[in-house]
Amino acid sequence: MNETAVKRSVAPSVRLGHASFVWRPWMVFVTLLLVAATFLVFCLSISVGDFPIGLPQVIATLFGQGERVDEFVIMDLRMPRALAGLIVGVALGVSGAITQSIARNPLASPDILGITGGASAVAVFLVTVSGGAAAAIVDSVGLSAAALAGGLGTGLLVYFLAWRRGINGLRLILIGISVSAVMEAIRIWLLVTADIRDVARAQAWLVGSLDNRSWSVVWVALWCMLALMAVVACVAFHLRPLHFGDEVAAGLGVRYSMVRAVLLLCAVLLAGVAVSAAGPVPFVALVAPQVAMRLSRYPTPPLVASALVGALLLIGSDLVARTVLPVTLPVGVVTAAIGGPFLVYLLVRANLRRG
Amino acid sequence: MIATVGKRPASEATGARRRRVVGLAALVVILLVAGAASMAVGARALSPTEVWDGLFAAAGSDQRLAEITLIVQTVRVPRTVLAIVAGIALGVSGALIQGYTRNPIADTGLLGVNSGASFAVVSVILLFGLANPYQYVWFAFLGAAVAGVVVFGLASLGRGAGSPLTLALAGQGIAVFLAAMTTAVALSDKASLNALRFWNAGTVAGIGFDVIWPVTIFIVVGLALALTTLPTINLLNLGDDVARSMGVNIAMSRTVGIVAVTLLAGAATAACGPIAFLGLMVAHVARYVTGPDYRWLVPCAGLLGAVVLLVCDIVGRVVTRPGELQAGIVVALVGAPFFAALVWRGKFKTV
Repeated sequence: MNETAVKRSVAPSVRLGHASFVWRPWMVFVTLLLVAATFLVFCLSISVGDFPIGLPQVIATLFGQGERVDEFVIMDLRMPRALAGLIVGVALGVSGAITQSIARNPLASPDILGITGGASAVAVFLVTVSGGAAAAIVDSVGLSAAALAGGLGTGLLVYFLAWRRGINGLRLILIGISVSAVMEAIRIWLLVTADIRDVARAQAWLVGSLDNRSWSVVWVALWCMLALMAVVACVAFHLRPLHFGDEVAAGLGVRYSMVRAVLLLCAVLLAGVAVSAAGPVPFVALVAPQVAMRLSRYPTPPLVASALVGALLLIGSDLVARTVLPVTLPVGVVTAAIGGPFLVYLLVRANLRRG
Repeated sequence: MIATVGKRPASEATGARRRRVVGLAALVVILLVAGAASMAVGARALSPTEVWDGLFAAAGSDQRLAEITLIVQTVRVPRTVLAIVAGIALGVSGALIQGYTRNPIADTGLLGVNSGASFAVVSVILLFGLANPYQYVWFAFLGAAVAGVVVFGLASLGRGAGSPLTLALAGQGIAVFLAAMTTAVALSDKASLNALRFWNAGTVAGIGFDVIWPVTIFIVVGLALALTTLPTINLLNLGDDVARSMGVNIAMSRTVGIVAVTLLAGAATAACGPIAFLGLMVAHVARYVTGPDYRWLVPCAGLLGAVVLLVCDIVGRVVTRPGELQAGIVVALVGAPFFAALVWRGKFKTV
């Protein structure tokens, strides 16, 4: 289904006991490079601010060798933001890669599974409707938590509506698009009828931001993400055969229905984690797997590289938003402004090379 | 195409043909009925004779008749015509874009048309302070057209020659970028944000014939181009190699098709705002009615688009009286659950 340049020569396979895999040096190289780049940007993101801290001190503090002052600024003030960026990027990258693999469609992303739409509709409702009940909900659980509940509810609704003796790729995305369209219509309707000041507040939330993250939120998101990633890691090696279609996958011994159901549930929940940590950051989940695929020259969306590209995109965009740009923009705007053109650049470069 | 039809049992082939003809005829009838209803329904309900008088009778000095004539000719007729024209354009372009990208979730916003138009709208409001939708219709069309041309140009560079996947992803990339720019402008400028929220809703009301006629001309040109490419889409969907061996000029066919999509979707979006879900939905329903033959599918999608947009506009006038609900919102609120139910019952095949 994909037109990425795959190496023509047969890649060597490696067998260790019962496990076997294909040795792809380029992919390993790219993945290591992405790890290094993500770490570097992560540290840079911590070092930049009103009180600049040198990179060596940042790295020393991260490994527990820093001074007291640095430790306070880094651990208490800047770490939550950087870590939130990392979590959101990784969660969205993996969620997008899973969704695109299962839907077998490069245009699919968790955005069309209803999570973003549901969370946005609930958030806009709570911001614009100044009734007693809405205010009570915001006061008791907070806007982000309520929106997250709305998003997860919508995501699970899509999941169960698409369930009919298992999950089918086309049915899933078409139902997801329908439910998302309803949620979007509700959001737009609320915005049209609302007061313009509320609209501005709602719009700011809708883009997704890393400002003012607290440790409590970040810890919960981190543990949820790690737990979900562990599940994904256990099931992920069944993902490749699914690309060949159900019959071939079944022939290769994959219980495709179960694998798809588990992975998709993880994708929905991972996207929920991202919403809880930063709001609905758009497009990362769509762009990251496609960029990762092209960078690592892998025929399907690779999970690890997608996670790293997502994290790099998110933390890097946050860094750009805070340092280079003259106006302060939420991170969601910058990720889209950088990620979109970069994907186009990769496509155009691949086309020109082929020519 | 002909070969596969010929291989089928004769009864099945005639059954499919009958189904297509009956489907198209039924849609035309429904469209006429809906058009008549659209004249009568609204904040001031009119009886059929009043509509007739409003359309054809000379007002003279009759106060009541003058009022009816005013309502019918300046409010009801323009929005009915626009709903039909834009509905056809969105339906046809929705079916075409799915055919050209071979992707069942491609919609009319895929080529960056919607986000290009939105970006143009917020930009001209920020730069020139335009306040009236009348003033930015043509900027919106320009934005949509430029975005479409840029996407297709980038996807066609080198030997990729606008392959379905490159086209879809390049479109997404550019759309993502433009949407981010639109958000950035809207966040910094309240007037733009205010216009953007109404623009996003999508409506066929409040546009006069001075805009509708030029929009219609662009749409007619787009439809003519679309008609010329219909036979080749069938062949293109067999794969590029097969299509080439059947004598299709692939680059030519794709270029004409994408120009048609950009003209149709761009003109409709400029006049009504982004109603992307309509094209996606009617393309799937039309495929269910007519089967995968694009020569039937595309006209059916066009008629279906007109019917759905017109009916949704009528529904929107009634449900939130005394106010009105924008047609774009009704399309999603009413159409999407209906569409999801059809999907759930397993009515649709992949592209």
